[in-house]
Amino acid sequence: MKSNFFRGVSHGIPICLGYLSVSFGFGIKAVQSGLSVAAASIISAVNLTSAGQAAGVDIIAAGGALIEMILVQLTINIRYSLMALSLSQKLDKGFTTPHRLAASYGITDEIFAVCSAQKERLTPSYMYGMIFVAFLGWVTGTTLGAAAGQLLPASVSSAMGIVLYGMFLAIIVPPSRKQKSVLIVVLAAAAVSILFRYVFTAVSGGFAVIISAVAASALGALLFPVRDEEAVE
Amino acid sequence: MSIVIYIAVMAGVTYLIRMIPFTFFRKKIKSRFFRSFLYYIPYAVLSAMTLPAIFYSTGNIGTAVVGTVVAVILAFFNTPLIAVALAAAASAFIAGIFI
Repeated sequence: MKSNFFRGVSHGIPICLGYLSVSFGFGIKAVQSGLSVAAASIISAVNLTSAGQAAGVDIIAAGGALIEMILVQLTINIRYSLMALSLSQKLDKGFTTPHRLAASYGITDEIFAVCSAQKERLTPSYMYGMIFVAFLGWVTGTTLGAAAGQLLPASVSSAMGIVLYGMFLAIIVPPSRKQKSVLIVVLAAAAVSILFRYVFTAVSGGFAVIISAVAASALGALLFPVRDEEAVE
Repeated sequence: MSIVIYIAVMAGVTYLIRMIPFTFFRKKIKSRFFRSFLYYIPYAVLSAMTLPAIFYSTGNIGTAVVGTVVAVILAFFNTPLIAVALAAAASAFIAGIFI
């Protein structure tokens, strides 16, 4: 029981370090958007997700509608459903419903990646250990970024505004290089998004992201339907 | 509107997305179109969020373009996420000294 927890902690340390720097960028962005240090930290603590939080802060800053918030979070985070589905197939017998309710909170891209690479079945303690350190890194980084973002010289904090986007590029570029289908979806989504930004400017940012992503993914699904083994990566 | 409501809605939706399939869903999705759609969604979302927003992320289009180019090149060679993210910021910062 205990050893599983610490194994999860040790597997989670690289995730923790990564989250520290990325969430630092989120903290800066949140404060720049007019949020308090406390609000930024709470958002990180209760969401534990990068892209969704960044989009959420944009909606809060713009005073967007709640339905927009719901649809944006649904669209951006729907990938977690696939990951949760995939992980649910390899859970240990000890993973009772209360444990599932608790551990599902911590399904992120990186935790999913490490967990699905494990050969043995996943125990609750193992996942809790990993989620625990990842959580520490994510929330600490956010608080530091939000607080120190005001202390840092403007030239540093404004440069940090690009951190999260840099991470997004690091997620989408390598598969685009490997698979033509992903490349086409990525380019289509960017093209529609750019169109909204400069031509159909009446559409708000959140909805522009949703429409761009849904259109590009539907195009990808029509042109390049995936085989079984690809769909659950 | 109160920020508390925004945060509660945001966290609630995000949690349900993870919790429902993890806890209740045991069957496999049959529709090939839907499975393909879900496969492409993360890439499409991140792409739409990044472009063109990344060019406005540093407050100066020039430094942002430098950061973007550096990030794309490093990502192309499978550099770890964190290295790409930090190198984008570092190069935008350095570019800012000259621009």
